Order: sequence, then C-alpha cells, then structure tokens
Amino acid sequence: MKTKSTPESNSRRRQNFILHLHPAKVREASIKFSLTFGLGGMAAVLFLIQVFTGILLRFSYSPTPAEAYDSILSIQNSILFGQLVRNMHHWSGILFVVIAFLHLLRTFYTGAFYPDRRWNWVLGISLMVTVIFANFTGYLLPWDQLAYWAITVSTSMLNYFPVVGDQLTGFIRGGQNVNASTLLIFYNFHTAILPLTIVLLMVFHFWKVRKNNGVVVPENADGEMVPSNPDLVSKELVVALSLIAFVLILSILFNAPLQERADPALSPNPAKAPWYFMGIQELLLHFHPFFGAILIPLLFLTAMIWLPFLRYPKQYRGIWFFNAKGKKLAWLALISATLLVTAGTLLDEYFPDFEIWLKNIPPVISNGLIPFILVSGLIFILTMLVKKKLNPDKSELILFVFSFVIASYALLTIAGVWFRGPGMKLMWP
Amino acid sequence: MTQTDQHKETVNRRSFLKKAWAWLGVIAGIEFTAVALNMFSSGKRKNAENASAFIETVGFVNDIMPGTVIPVKDGQFYLVRMADGGFMALSLICTHLGCSVRYNSEEKRFICPCHSSAFDLEGNVLNPPAPRALDAYRVFIDQGQVKVDTSRKIRRKKFSPGDLVYA
Repeated sequence: MKTKSTPESNSRRRQNFILHLHPAKVREASIKFSLTFGLGGMAAVLFLIQVFTGILLRFSYSPTPAEAYDSILSIQNSILFGQLVRNMHHWSGILFVVIAFLHLLRTFYTGAFYPDRRWNWVLGISLMVTVIFANFTGYLLPWDQLAYWAITVSTSMLNYFPVVGDQLTGFIRGGQNVNASTLLIFYNFHTAILPLTIVLLMVFHFWKVRKNNGVVVPENADGEMVPSNPDLVSKELVVALSLIAFVLILSILFNAPLQERADPALSPNPAKAPWYFMGIQELLLHFHPFFGAILIPLLFLTAMIWLPFLRYPKQYRGIWFFNAKGKKLAWLALISATLLVTAGTLLDEYFPDFEIWLKNIPPVISNGLIPFILVSGLIFILTMLVKKKLNPDKSELILFVFSFVIASYALLTIAGVWFRGPGMKLMWP
Repeated sequence: MTQTDQHKETVNRRSFLKKAWAWLGVIAGIEFTAVALNMFSSGKRKNAENASAFIETVGFVNDIMPGTVIPVKDGQFYLVRMADGGFMALSLICTHLGCSVRYNSEEKRFICPCHSSAFDLEGNVLNPPAPRALDAYRVFIDQGQVKVDTSRKIRRKKFSPGDLVYA
C-alpha cells in the first residue's frame, strides 16, 4: 500500500533523515560558529564535490600515457562545461587539503585532542594522510609536465628509505621510472581505493564525535540544549552553500593549470613536488635526503599521533589557544619560527654546505646528522627557555612546540612554492 | 558421563570451530594479499617479459667519433664515447631526485636543472647534492652496431674502468 505524500509526511521524513545524522538535540555551546568555523563539515562537503565532479570526469578520462593528456584536452575543449567540472575538481581538491588541515589545527587549539578523544584524533590524522594521498595520486593523471615531474621528484624521495628504498619506489611506480603502470596504479588509488578509505574513515570519525557527545565545548558552558533541526542544520546549510558558491566562483575565474604534454626526457626548471610536499622538498635543500625526506616527516607524523597519549595534568577544552598564556605562546612560536626559518634559509643559501667544508665525512653525517642535531638542539633550547621564563604547564608547553613546528612547515612550504626559481635558487615571487 | 563433562565437550567443539574460522580467515587474508600484490605489480612483469623492446640500437661503431655524447631520448640515456674509444651508456636520470640531466658540451659535464648537481663524462659527481654517480646501462656491440640494454639500471658509487665497453 502506498502512503500518500502530504506536506506533513514529507516534513516528517526529512526530520527522520536528519535524525539519522544528528542527535535530536545538541548543546547550544557546541554549535557556536566561532568554536569550529564549520571546518569539519566543510571538509565533508568538499569530499562530496570531489566525488560528484570526479565521477563526471571519469566518464571522459583515459588512464594511459598515450591518451591521458588528450582526454584532458577534450574534457576542456569539447565537452559542455568540461573545463568548469575539471576546475571545480582541481580547486576543491586543493581546498580539501587546506580545510582538512585547518580542521586539524582547530581540534588541537580548542583542546579536542585530550585522552577522551584520542582515538578520534588518530582517525583524523589518518584521514589527513589519506586526503593528501588522494590529492597526490590525482596530481599525476593529467600527464602534463607539471604532473609527470612532480610525481617523479616526490616518488624519488622514497629512494632514500634505508635498505628497501629502491624496491619501494619501483613497487609504487610499477617500474624504474614513472610510466604507464604508474599511471594505472595512481588512477586506481585515486578513483577507488582512497575515496573508499575516506568514506570508511569519515563514517568512523563522525560516529566517534557522537560518542563524545558532540564537539568539544568549554567546561563552564551551560548545558542548554537546542533542537538540531533547525538550529544546527540551518547553520550547516549556510556553510555548505557558501562553500559551494565559493568553489564555483573560483572555478569560473581561474582555470586548473595544464602544461605541455609530459616529456620524460626533459625536466622543467625548476621541477617542484605538489605544494603540500614543497615543505619536504625545501628540507631537502638543507638536509641529506634520508633526513629531509624520510626521518623528519616520519618523526613529525609519529609526534602527531603521540600527542593525545601524553599525560596532561591540566586540560583546556573549548577555548581557542587554551587561555591568555596559550595565546601569547602561540604568537611567540609564530614569531620565533618566522625569524629562525627565514634566517636559516638565507644562511644556507649564501654560505657553503657542511658537505663542502667536511669533505672526508660521508654526506649522510655532514649534511644530515650534523644539521639535524643543530636544528633539534635549537628547538630544545628554545623550549627550555620558554619553560624557564614563562613557566607554562604541560598543555601550554605542547601548544608552543606544536605551533612552532606547524609554523615552520608552513613557512618552508611558502618558501618552496613562491620563493624558489630556476635551479631552486631563492627569488622574489 | 556427567553433566559438566558434556558441557565441557560442547565448549571445546565450539572453541575449536571458532579457532578454525579464525585460521581460515587468516589464510584467506594472506591469499587475498598475495593476489592483490600480484595484480598490483602486473605491469612490471609485463615489461620484463618483453625483453627485446628494451634494446636500443644507437648506430654503427665507426660512425660515432671518440669524445662525443649522443642523447637517446627513447631509451632515456646518453651514449658516451670516451677519447680512448670506450663506450658507456649513462642514464639521464639524476641520482638525487630523478630529474633529467642535460649535457653541456662546452663544460663537458651533465647538469641537473632541479638542484644543480653536476656529473662528468664518466658519470662521477662533480657537484652535490647528488649522492652517487649516474646509473649506467649495459652496452654491447652486435654486428658492428652499438646497442644498449635499458631493461636494468646498473647502480654504482663512482666510475670504474670496467664500465667501459670497447669495440
């Protein structure tokens, strides 16, 4: 028997659907826009945009070196709104990485990483890594010079993995160089394995938020409850629609880049990795590849996962930068990172490397271990100085170190993307 | 047989079946991983089966003057003939991060555009950050023609005289 659809039944159905996503009521404090800026929701919307535009692009794309580039050209030139769909996929792919990263910063700075949410923090880190690799595997698909050499340079970094580096690179590329097998492998990861992984992790991530009674709120917040529909849902709609409008405008104004067809015999000068790996490529200019491309990124990732497993005698929740001292420490970290990274980059550019001074020592020590110890020593001294002068508690001290490391990576990325010209020499953008 | 014995027996049978399922699961997992890895590297194997496609013929020995460098784009290498007549095929892929090196005929060196590593005609590193000499490919002379087998790169720290092939 078919039930007749009336305005009331439709509304009931809508309500029913929403209640499968949200609890019936949420704390009023938890839906304050300036607490989260809707960043997690934005990431989810961007994922949906990627799925829709990606499926459309998949109808016209051929993952072979002979046809890939031409299929992109034909998407752009002879398919109605093809260029727009590609632009949207391109820009929201970039935004996805940026917004996911900002969301990660938000969860840290509002104290949503403490032990009660530790596994969701770990899930979030896994999602961040998956999102980056989803973008990375898509980077190769246009098969233009930009794509080919960015993937060549980035996968070559894996060569420096001790013992198994060559096998690892060969395995990921499906051969010695970036070739037809690489394209097929990347295509499969980009359009099947990684999106599915994101879906699974995302569902788990949302469920964990529900288990924690929603997003983090200040401890002194009053417990007033409001109905999710419309209080939360209307806010979500505003954020989602504004974001979609933003992506559309961006895609109308700016085309996704497409360089010349890939030429394995001719690398462009400079040849750069995708922008989110430029911080690592920048490290490579200063450190031996084992340190720059393998050890430092792995240490960073380990530290990020470790973060919620430390013991925090005092915990700060739901307030940006914890308190007044936390704010001060964040500024201090930003300023000291700016000064030190700029000074270090300039010093390394205009003074000869340790490798040239210490000719008789293997480069992994002269250009790897020695600068690594120098830099870690510097961070250690800085941290001790802050500890002595400002007397922060554990949470506040971790906030300082976290901010310093994140700011340094951001600065290295900026230097690599905008301030490096031919031969990776410093230049003005 | 008492009641408890019987009870014990049922539990044992049950736990045995549970274990059997778990082991079957592990075996299925291993099988699936092996199949997946095999599928994953199928491209590589396809390349290996097709060995003759990896032989590049550069030209007749007598046509290549000593002291010349010939870029072979399809094979991604430079064929170098030393002043003493020895041949060597140098991969054009920089050992630092895989950019393609260019030959500068005035300075007689290979220069990488990415991080300005430089290599001499024998492939040795003249300027870091490249950590080792350019990889080589096997050169052989067949009926007066110089041929290069590009199926496998030869890794080396630096040049040794044995790397050269004479007609």
